[in-house]
Amino acid sequence: MAIAARKRILPGFGLSLGFTLVYLSLIVLIPLSAVFFKTATMSWSGFWSAVAAPRVVASYKLTFGAALLAAAINAVFGLVLAWGLTRYSFPGRKVVDALIDLPFALPTAVAGIALTAIYANNGWIGRLLEPLGIKVAFTPLGVLVALTFIGLPFVVRTVQPVLEDLETEFEEAAASLGANRWQAFQRVVLPALSPALLTGFALAFARAVGEYGSVIFIAGNIPMVSEITPLIIITKLEQFDYRGATAVASVMLVFSFVLLLIVNGLQAWTSRRTGRAA
Amino acid sequence: MASLAGTFDTRLDGARKFEANPATRDALWVKFVVLGLGLTFFVVFLLLPLIAVFAEAFRKGVDTYFAALVEPDALSSIRLTLLAAAISVPLNLIFGVAAAWAVAKFQFPGKNLLTTLIDLPFSVSPVIAGLIYVLIFGLQGWFGPWLREHDIKIIFAVPGIVLATVFVTFPFIARELIPLMQAQGRDEEEAAVSLGASGFQTFWRVTLPNIKWALIYGVILCNARAMGEFGAVSVVSGHIRGETNTMPLHVEILYNEYQFAAAFAVASLLALLALVTLALKTYVEWQASRSVSEEHSHEH
Repeated sequence: MAIAARKRILPGFGLSLGFTLVYLSLIVLIPLSAVFFKTATMSWSGFWSAVAAPRVVASYKLTFGAALLAAAINAVFGLVLAWGLTRYSFPGRKVVDALIDLPFALPTAVAGIALTAIYANNGWIGRLLEPLGIKVAFTPLGVLVALTFIGLPFVVRTVQPVLEDLETEFEEAAASLGANRWQAFQRVVLPALSPALLTGFALAFARAVGEYGSVIFIAGNIPMVSEITPLIIITKLEQFDYRGATAVASVMLVFSFVLLLIVNGLQAWTSRRTGRAA
Repeated sequence: MASLAGTFDTRLDGARKFEANPATRDALWVKFVVLGLGLTFFVVFLLLPLIAVFAEAFRKGVDTYFAALVEPDALSSIRLTLLAAAISVPLNLIFGVAAAWAVAKFQFPGKNLLTTLIDLPFSVSPVIAGLIYVLIFGLQGWFGPWLREHDIKIIFAVPGIVLATVFVTFPFIARELIPLMQAQGRDEEEAAVSLGASGFQTFWRVTLPNIKWALIYGVILCNARAMGEFGAVSVVSGHIRGETNTMPLHVEILYNEYQFAAAFAVASLLALLALVTLALKTYVEWQASRSVSEEHSHEH
């Protein structure tokens, strides 16, 4: 302890850490714990009937399924975009690069009504899809579109810096050993990118699972068909079913915590592999 | 989420480095396919929604557009949104600086746990962020009866909206500052203190200039989220027109009343805010990478 105390030449340790802990507890930890305290007052059967009701289970399937699919789509197109932005020069590159973060900056409600306008039957894209028999707005497909929109920057922004820092020597070595570009990409570049790609996928997935604002406008919110879990929580709250809302929230929270741990592990892996802070 | 610390050294050489090197240069058709796919996706998923906001907003003409913005309920929602951001951004700024100072400049047990907990609000659904304050301050909540006795309203009132906004924007500034200040170490501050500077002087004259750009960057992102938050605020607001509606909630009400042009008019203000945010963010990234490259050229 004496050594530790001597090392602290800089002032403000007690004040800054104390304030951090108090603020963190008041704003985040104590309020979040309320979910678990409230859930603990429920009987097991009451809890189970709230979280395993058919309508709620249908919402889990939609929420997690669409989030997983959206994250996968983003992993593919996020990699393609990150590759295009780092490897190729083309006119408008800076503008595209800046606008990638639009889903971070655009309020979700605005994204929701804009996507609905585009994919409705008379919308710019909905009009083209209708003759093909594809309905996007007010169907589960609409949920997928909204979740894809909000998840894209997570993949691009985790893959892009790794791709920029990737030493060209590996690909040079692959080329001099006779590998063609596709082999070099597959065997050399992709393995180096995979931790970042997985991190981006997990971040996009985690964000999509909890998303509310951009989804509810385009989803149509039909029970058993296109109703997401966050909306179930809101509906229960509006009916003053606080216990039911809290029980479903606790299921989502536990899932989020597990996902957070996985993301942290992935980020540690990325920084070990690439030697940079994620 | 994109961190400024990660972008410092990069983006200078750009794509030329790869295109000049035969080992990393792709065939022209590959370039066209990759860019074609990527840019089509970009246009369909990102650019079209942005254009649609403005197209729909002006569909019924300029007069309808401005009428929707100066309408009293719209003005009151703008005021409330500005108020919520004006309270939550400074609070999270103070927290971010304090947390980064503690985590980056000192060793203590449980540090990794602390940084994980700071990120927690990012992984919680906004709906749950609203719910937790209902469980504490709502009528059936922990302090519900007491608040009712003393005639204090938090849920379905402005304090609840501010609290929910503080929660969802909680990590933004801290997570920009922590990695940067950790990378910078504490040598410069220790030198200042051993030369007799006070703690405040050290922070103001040594630390602050070093973290200036990351700090501004965090504030910009924090502010954008604070003004645009929908889910969390929706739970605690009660949707009282002219009283507890923020801009995103006002957009929702107008939209559900089929006043599409008015809904998109208010939404276009939020879209403008997003564009300004992205422009500022790009400028700050450029400034930050410039100041780093200047430092490098001083060292060599």
